[in-house]
Amino acid sequence: MSTELENKITVRDLKLWYGDFEALHGINLDIYSGKITAFIGPSGCGKSTFLRTLNRMNDRIPSCRIEGTVLLGEQDIYAPEVDVVQLRTHVGMVFQKPNPFPKSIYENIAYAPRIHGLVDDGPDMDELVETALRKASIWDEVKDKLQQPGTALSGGQQQRLCIARTIAVQPDVILMDEPCSALDPIATAKIEELMDELKQDYTIVIVTHNMQQAARVSDYTAYFYLGDLIEFGETSTIFTAPNKQETEDYITGRFG
Amino acid sequence: MNKSPNILIGSAHPRHKKRERADTRFRWYGLTALGMALAFLVFFFVDIIGQALPAFHQTEVRVDVHYSEAVKSNYNAGIDHKLRRIVSRAWLRTLPALLEKQPELIGQTRTEWVPADSRVDQYIKQHEGHGLKEKYQKTVDAMAAQGNIRQVFNAAFFSSGDSKLPENAGILAAAVGSVFTLLLTMLVAVPIGIMTAIYLEEFAPDNHFTRMIEVNINNLAAIPSILYGLLGLAIFINFMGVPRSSALAGGLTLALMTLPIIIIATRAALRAVPESIREAAYGLGASSLQTVWHHVLPLAMPGILTGSIIGLAQAMGETAPLIIVGMMAYIPEPSSSILDATTVLPAQVYTWSTESLRGYAERTAAGILVLLTVLLSLNALAVALRNRSQQNW
Repeated sequence: MSTELENKITVRDLKLWYGDFEALHGINLDIYSGKITAFIGPSGCGKSTFLRTLNRMNDRIPSCRIEGTVLLGEQDIYAPEVDVVQLRTHVGMVFQKPNPFPKSIYENIAYAPRIHGLVDDGPDMDELVETALRKASIWDEVKDKLQQPGTALSGGQQQRLCIARTIAVQPDVILMDEPCSALDPIATAKIEELMDELKQDYTIVIVTHNMQQAARVSDYTAYFYLGDLIEFGETSTIFTAPNKQETEDYITGRFG
Repeated sequence: MNKSPNILIGSAHPRHKKRERADTRFRWYGLTALGMALAFLVFFFVDIIGQALPAFHQTEVRVDVHYSEAVKSNYNAGIDHKLRRIVSRAWLRTLPALLEKQPELIGQTRTEWVPADSRVDQYIKQHEGHGLKEKYQKTVDAMAAQGNIRQVFNAAFFSSGDSKLPENAGILAAAVGSVFTLLLTMLVAVPIGIMTAIYLEEFAPDNHFTRMIEVNINNLAAIPSILYGLLGLAIFINFMGVPRSSALAGGLTLALMTLPIIIIATRAALRAVPESIREAAYGLGASSLQTVWHHVLPLAMPGILTGSIIGLAQAMGETAPLIIVGMMAYIPEPSSSILDATTVLPAQVYTWSTESLRGYAERTAAGILVLLTVLLSLNALAVALRNRSQQNW
């Protein structure tokens, strides 16, 4: 691994239990700043669970218990003094199923900046909404119907709206949990294109079931299997010359 | 296996006829059930409306009224002896007070339209069991022949309270009591119910204690309502010293009864809000309060409102628990505060239905009609609210 890479997120010995079930067995992983990191692996391997530990969405599951450290920059995000609300403004999330609020397109974007007091309503907010929608490459499609409900858009547009909504909070990291699994190939292509543009400004972590997608969009790939991180490395290496036999089996479709 | 080329032609299949007959039979069972339900409903409405409509008319008779000094001490002096059983005694009793207010009437004899006695009213309406003696029947027939009898809109039914004289009995006191009681029920049950449901659904940890509370709330919704009356009597009247028969006692008792209904309806509405909406809000860094207040509650509101209104409508039609807290009472005057003794619409209907005079029978039906109108309006409001704010996620 080249040395000039800067760690955005550093995970050490992360173990996670749902009740008595140990879902993650000691994960060690570095997520590099300004890169796209993809998590791949068969269903139930813990990649989505792991993604959710990075902005503490797992907190909402009462039986979930965590050991180990997750550093965002230098700060342990599981330290008792950490405010989870602040954490989530730094580490935003885009979900598998597009989930815009049943409000107007404008309100979808403006909601989070407003509750966090980033800007006041008015021209500043208008500008922020426009910037976010432009960055998510959806401005041209929605600029004339900002007051229409976000739920009336197509699935692909809804997902880009959700990305815009996440960008509006100006996070450092964007977590994407299978963002294209509910979309058609054309909408998927648009999102992938968008991710490529977004990595100029943000660190992106994406969970995907689609190995071609991981190969296309990511710089680094992590292969998970049954709660273990089997292999992590540059995407080109993982897909052409993986170190481990399991990784090769999965990638070549012999299993999984 | 039959491999003939016409396998897809229905009539060729041996079991086709049988299957088709079974389908038809099944459809007819359903239609019959629906028809019976409709027939009952139509019968009920025709019967109630048919009985209630006469109550909205009151017979009046034109008589000579003698305003004299003697009326002040004996109201019977105001009317010819043979007409005393023809006119309403409730009206006669008002004469002394009228003379106190308008002394200039003394010494005059006027020909006026005055309310008729209930028996005369029933006789004119040709109802069985009107109870008018034969000698009075002749008098009334004669008056009718001279055009001295007419029917007018029964305003007294809406402007007076209960009375021992049917022609003077109205629903105002019960309606006012119902409004007070229901308002109190709403003010107590709706906020407590909704907050309880929000806590249980959005914040409560999943442990034995909350599960026990859940089971108990579900059980409470199913227990006979008269038990809430006993609970209300024990807690509110005997322990907290709330006045018996008051709208406060009744409203609090009904609030106890309505709480589980509102809690269950609200929880169902909250559960119907997709988890993805909560994740979206939490993912953007919204706090629990912001998530619930800004996103979950607005989406659940139609369901919460519908549940609350249906719960309140049920409370409005409830009688059993109110018997125990003393609201099955004779209340001639509308109450002016929530601490006064009062009664409610269904209780008034029940009280009238136990009276023997024929005039109360049509008032019973009229009371039911008023109660039904209010209840159906409340349900229509619930449906309208639900339709108006329906969202697609």
